[in-house]
Amino acid sequence: MSTRTIQGQKNLQDIRQASKDGIGGSPLRPDGTLKVKGEFAYSSDMWHEDMLWGMALRSPHPRANILSVDISEALKLPGVYAVLTHDDIPGSKFYGLEIQDQPALAIDKVRYHGEAIAIVAADHPETARRAVKKIKVEYEVLTPIVTEEQCLDPEVHGYVHEPHEFKSHGYGNICHSQKLVHGGGVTDEIRALADVIVKSDYEVGMQDQAFLGPESGLAVPAEDGGIDLYVATQWLHVDRQQMAPVLGLPEEKVRLTLAGVGGAFGGREDLSMQIHASLLAQRTGKPVKIVYARDESFFGHVHRHPARMTYEHGATRDGKLVFADARIVLDGGAYASASPAVVGNAASLGHGPYNIPNVRMEAIALYSNNPSCGAMRGFGAVQAAFAYESQMDKLAAELGMDPVELRQLNAMSEGDSMPTGQVIDSPAPVAELLQRVKDMPLPPPLDLENIDVRTLPGALSNTSHGEGIVRGIGYSVGIKNVGFSEGFDDYSTARVRLEVIGGEPVAMVHTAMAEVGQGGVTVHAQIARTELGVEQVTIHPANTEVGSAGSTSASRQTYMTGGAVKLAAEAVKQAVIEKGRRRYGWTQTDLTLAGGKVVSESQGALIPLVDLLGDEAIDLTREHHHRPTVPFDKETGQGFGHVQYTFCANRAVVDVDVELGLVKVVELTAAQDVGKALNPLSVIGQIQGGCTQALGLAVMEEIIVRDGKVRNASFTDYLIPTILDTPPIPVDILELPDPNAPYGLRGVGEAPTVSATPCIVAAIRQATGKALNRIPVRPEHITGTL
Amino acid sequence: MRVTFTANGKPVEADDVWEGESLLYVLRERVGLPGSKNACEQGECGSCTVYLDGTPVCSCLVAAGQVQGREVRTVEGLTDENGELGLVQQAFIDAGAVQCGFCTPGLLVQTDALLDNDAQPSDTDIREALSGNLCRCTGYEKIMDAVRLASARKCAKAASE
Ligand code: FES
Ligand code: FES
Repeated sequence: MSTRTIQGQKNLQDIRQASKDGIGGSPLRPDGTLKVKGEFAYSSDMWHEDMLWGMALRSPHPRANILSVDISEALKLPGVYAVLTHDDIPGSKFYGLEIQDQPALAIDKVRYHGEAIAIVAADHPETARRAVKKIKVEYEVLTPIVTEEQCLDPEVHGYVHEPHEFKSHGYGNICHSQKLVHGGGVTDEIRALADVIVKSDYEVGMQDQAFLGPESGLAVPAEDGGIDLYVATQWLHVDRQQMAPVLGLPEEKVRLTLAGVGGAFGGREDLSMQIHASLLAQRTGKPVKIVYARDESFFGHVHRHPARMTYEHGATRDGKLVFADARIVLDGGAYASASPAVVGNAASLGHGPYNIPNVRMEAIALYSNNPSCGAMRGFGAVQAAFAYESQMDKLAAELGMDPVELRQLNAMSEGDSMPTGQVIDSPAPVAELLQRVKDMPLPPPLDLENIDVRTLPGALSNTSHGEGIVRGIGYSVGIKNVGFSEGFDDYSTARVRLEVIGGEPVAMVHTAMAEVGQGGVTVHAQIARTELGVEQVTIHPANTEVGSAGSTSASRQTYMTGGAVKLAAEAVKQAVIEKGRRRYGWTQTDLTLAGGKVVSESQGALIPLVDLLGDEAIDLTREHHHRPTVPFDKETGQGFGHVQYTFCANRAVVDVDVELGLVKVVELTAAQDVGKALNPLSVIGQIQGGCTQALGLAVMEEIIVRDGKVRNASFTDYLIPTILDTPPIPVDILELPDPNAPYGLRGVGEAPTVSATPCIVAAIRQATGKALNRIPVRPEHITGTL
Repeated sequence: MRVTFTANGKPVEADDVWEGESLLYVLRERVGLPGSKNACEQGECGSCTVYLDGTPVCSCLVAAGQVQGREVRTVEGLTDENGELGLVQQAFIDAGAVQCGFCTPGLLVQTDALLDNDAQPSDTDIREALSGNLCRCTGYEKIMDAVRLASARKCAKAASE
């Protein structure tokens, strides 16, 4: 018996090894070949014979009353099929992710620069452009409400939304607020317990997701009066839920299929062209394609909230944190979008991964006439991380301590509680991650004698041959939640089918998950292979024919939809085994599927799946819900609000030209706990990509808004890091399983974007001695010419 | 106007082309070659890079009329007649350099041109050559890996021939 057991196990292991493309492996993307051939159909590649082109007229003013709109000249242009305003909307005129405060087309007033007022369908994009120019709008231009002071004094400066509108939410121009008090809060007595206190104001500029694939899609009118929409989005079902009431259609008549997505990063959580293309298709009876130009893309999606923050930290002489006090003001812009949830994150994560006995926090999001802000990678945790990590460095300097040691001394770990009172019930290796980045080898020191000038700050512009170059090193760590929080019943649905095709067992995975580049499709195939022991897996196109997968955001898709695929695949596995039991009377309790066979762990293979299944397909659908959370108490911020936490630490090495204010990041190192790396290649890719967006925020990326007007809506003027701006990014992965998550995994995509910005700024500070309390850091901040 | 040119070795023609149309638009919307991507249409991102008479250019900046009688090679043309992937294409897949993939066609053409010029570029050469191609997803590390891999394979292939 014992020999047989060993034999069986060996056998099983051999069989399992055959499936190297299961979880923990790094099989290649199923869509990779199409993508490198140029054959992958992105949303802007959609094409239909006889299709029209849609385009929107957008407001040049951030705040104005619309006195009249005259579309008659536009309609006369040959090739124009329709010109629509809000009067033509068949259903509800408003939509929104959390608060339905956004008109599909402006009604009587515009609240931000770039708001859509009218839409046109024409036979050529140029015709559409000309038609848009021929629409005459008479405005009464008003002074925009754009600063914190203006927003908070509506009696003087006015309301972005009149108080009678949406008054169930917000107050004055405050869209959402969240307070938090922990321990004794922050009082004079508690302040007196600290030997050292540091306090500063910080500012974060408005960052853009700047995904490369423009907002686009094709709406096709269907015979049943419904709409079929092929679109790039992050969440098909929530798009449909917002669209259907506006189109005046029942949800089942609005069918969405995911078209290829060229990146998202939160910028596709809100609707963009979905309703506009569908309205035009409804009206003209023809397929309508809309593809945003880059400037329109800057106007057509929400951005990362710019923030103004005040932070105060107190510590004892030996470096133990005593209290932290913070106020975070996020500018949410004209419409709510995801602002309430962003505020919840900022407040609950805003003191970082540190044990602080006494905490106070207030976070608010304003309504203003600036561009709307909402979801972007790192979602509310990014702004705060810049502030609290800058504070840690400041405190360390004040105490004469090593900044990494100070952080480690106060680092939270498993079993500690968040300021929300939530106990962290899975690994939280904050101190260890910091140690790992610290221990990684440093790049060779700056050798100005033998340097290739192309690697210096300013790179190819040949701005320096080494004069004025100073090197600096900085550290940081950050915390991010995974999944939707505060009582949201976040779930995902997966359908898995197992059948014999061409003499081989083949699994099919069908979900509505938006693959935006993160690699979910690869991981789903890996999960199905692992659970069903088959090689061949096909991924069904994502559409609304299957239940919701939730959003591809909040680092949640592998956790949530991966979890759903696992549940559905396990159910299929059980059904297959049951079928065998019924047919063959198997009594073993250790049956599983591996190598295309039903296998007994102790006895080896029993029967090939091909023989057991025959013509029968087993097709099952399952939902995965994460454990429930609760909303934070509005005044105290207490509550089990987040599903899972994730941590990343970084080290940056920078060279700064202190004369010209130019920065070259020489190396950016990351260490992250991912629980379990389902696909190490993708995990590393996510971490490196996330670090690069953080680098962008640190030194170059900002939408410049003056008096509510966007000044740099192009890739010429909005700078995102190029390959020359981006350094090597060595990644160290830790895998400490979370007992509550599928396979022990932890969401990956956002944590590096939260943590990596502060270390770059810290490194620049070390090189220059400047305070640098605002990001992005600009040359004039370094040279002091501002 | 009518524009005729060669695309990936085959003669193509486009009718009713407007004055202001770009080569990118004609390729994507008129001749059925949507592989080149439209991300900025301003010459800033490189997603639309194609070979024009053997030189990589941003097709969004080339007026359709300018290609009359000339030769264009797009990402679709990097695959051989049998649909076999080119060396650079395969290296991008193998190195994990493709995430959303929107930047990929432009990067493939630019990399192909780089390695044609210099089969063994240094890291700084690679960064310099690809600095006109934005990628928002990968952080470029895997793209560096892909180019190094393609370079190694190209040199190995040349050595064995
Ligand atoms: S689309 Fe041509 S360079 Fe960006
Ligand atoms: S892979 Fe998405 S832009 Fe490069």
